[in-house]
Amino acid sequence: MTGMLLEVSGVSVTFDGFRAINNLSFQIGRAEMRAIIGPNGAGKTTFMDIVTGKTRPDTGTVVWGEKNQSLLKLSESQIARAGIGRKFQRPTVFEDQTVEENLGMALKEDRRPFAVLLSRPTRATAGRIAELAAEIGLSEHLPRKAGELSHGQKQWLEIGMLLAQDPRLLLVDEPAAGMTPAERDHTTAILREAAKTRAVVVVEHDMDFVRKLNCKVTVLHEGRVLAEGSLDHVTSNQDVIDVYLGR
Amino acid sequence: MRRPFVLRHPSVLVFLALLALFTLGVTILSEGMGLGLISTSFVKTLGKTLCLCLIAVAMDLVWGYCGILSLGHFAFFGLGGYMIGMWLMYERTKGIVLDSLVNAPLPPTPEEVRAAIGTQIFGVVGGSEIPVIWTFADSLLAQLALVVLVPGLLALVFGWLAFRSRVTGVYLSILTQAMTLALSLYLFQNDSGLRGNNGLSGLQNVPGLLHLPQSVVSIGFFWASALALGLAYVLAAWLVSGKFGSVVRGIRDDEARVRFLGYDVEAYKLTVFTLTAVLAALAGALYYPQAGIINPAEIAPIAGIYLAVWVAIGGRGRLYGAVIGAAFVSLLSSWFTGGGAPPIDLGVYTIQWTDWWLVLLGLSFVAVTLFAPKGIGGLVDLVLPGSVPDRHGADLGPDQGALREAEQARTEDGK
Repeated sequence: MTGMLLEVSGVSVTFDGFRAINNLSFQIGRAEMRAIIGPNGAGKTTFMDIVTGKTRPDTGTVVWGEKNQSLLKLSESQIARAGIGRKFQRPTVFEDQTVEENLGMALKEDRRPFAVLLSRPTRATAGRIAELAAEIGLSEHLPRKAGELSHGQKQWLEIGMLLAQDPRLLLVDEPAAGMTPAERDHTTAILREAAKTRAVVVVEHDMDFVRKLNCKVTVLHEGRVLAEGSLDHVTSNQDVIDVYLGR
Repeated sequence: MRRPFVLRHPSVLVFLALLALFTLGVTILSEGMGLGLISTSFVKTLGKTLCLCLIAVAMDLVWGYCGILSLGHFAFFGLGGYMIGMWLMYERTKGIVLDSLVNAPLPPTPEEVRAAIGTQIFGVVGGSEIPVIWTFADSLLAQLALVVLVPGLLALVFGWLAFRSRVTGVYLSILTQAMTLALSLYLFQNDSGLRGNNGLSGLQNVPGLLHLPQSVVSIGFFWASALALGLAYVLAAWLVSGKFGSVVRGIRDDEARVRFLGYDVEAYKLTVFTLTAVLAALAGALYYPQAGIINPAEIAPIAGIYLAVWVAIGGRGRLYGAVIGAAFVSLLSSWFTGGGAPPIDLGVYTIQWTDWWLVLLGLSFVAVTLFAPKGIGGLVDLVLPGSVPDRHGADLGPDQGALREAEQARTEDGK
């Protein structure tokens, strides 16, 4: 295969007769940023569900990494361990646990029950957690319960957890929702930094944010790819204009 | 260097100190060792209560921390009791048989002894053959191993099948209940090899210790129960303190999220389920020699529901809550059902507590669930503010998924 990290080909999925994804194909390289835009119901979340193993497609293939491994045979946790990290649209952190515990759980370490049971905090893990907390601006909040954080801080914590997993592919669903302009800039910087060494897929509604990411854009509509290219290229595409303005 | 485990978790130290004081106090006041203010039968009741506290700790681990509402842990408890009961009954009967044959003209052959034991134990269900499952009944070590192995394997196989199919929530509870019922019905059969509805009896007579009076034996079991509870408490506190505890509580609150972090949720559930089943079995193995008798009615599905009620009333998600709940409710229960509570004369109707205790218990359960989800253990937060971070009124119940703070709910509404 040609240096691609993830290749989704000819994937379709139907829910109760509704075709959520229709013969979708998508590829992303090892160190690449990609934005996915599209109206509501275009299949963005379903696409992420398929890649992360939550939803099994009816047809098509999802091929991962150098060994051309099929992701369709793996469970959600195996896919996560293979190196795909996901950030949900609504911040889903463990609200009853501290920021430190949340980050500690996400750290890339042996995840088998007995290894975790016998693992004790080391200076290295503490250092890594402190580093991540500094990066997401939560250094002073490490002992606080995640449930006490503000909406924006929870978004940050989830981004921190994503980075802690050290994934090769980040799937990020509306990372900037509920953030101030300054926080958005910080998010943009973190994502662009990440995209230097790994693949990053950002699902976003906000065109200004997509413009700042300055990357290739894939437009989804009715479960398939409508257009692909630079933001200026796709926004001048007549089909895209029809879909967005026609609604 | 990190401080020792118990110092980082002062509640463990407090618990162990209270347990030690209680054990010493009861010993000094007992008939067997001291002043004789506490009767032997009450020492046995207290020892049994400690075993119930031990299974409550197991229940809190699996339900309060991991979010699996298992109604089947009393099946493991009962199996543990049967396994130790087999040795107690076999060896005791063997002693009786040998005593009765001591004046026989010829010394008895091993076959004759076995046949006599078989008739003694299984005559009541119309048999005299010793069933295959009693093969190791003459070995204390083997039966002690079976106390752990039989319930552990049952939990492992059952849990593997259930969790692998992603059965969760109320469906899993029903499955565990069905398992309990099936086991109970099987044991009720005369040909199950465990004496059907007669169960195993005379378990208070420990072979090798028959020269000791029950007042001393009861103290021995009381100490063993206290030791087991203390060790299990430390083990449970250690399990839930570190990263493992973090993952397990994460599974309780948002199982799908834990999966997306790369953890094999099913393996964790199976580990916790099997481990707590073994703890329950150990509790049963200590309980039934103090009770003296075990029969299949002990494994009735209702027992598992009682266990859930104890833990809920005591306070889920904190280990001392489970202990308080089990001790408080089970002792109160024996007071009410034992005729200790005076009947209330309402003029037109007299409330007999032996009939009405279950109604009272049911109402308390509903009231605790609705109005005080933290249970009795929540009172500790009133005495020690700051021991648990202020959640601004948001309740802490394992059932409600990842809990959102009130502040968070407001921002959502304001959107």
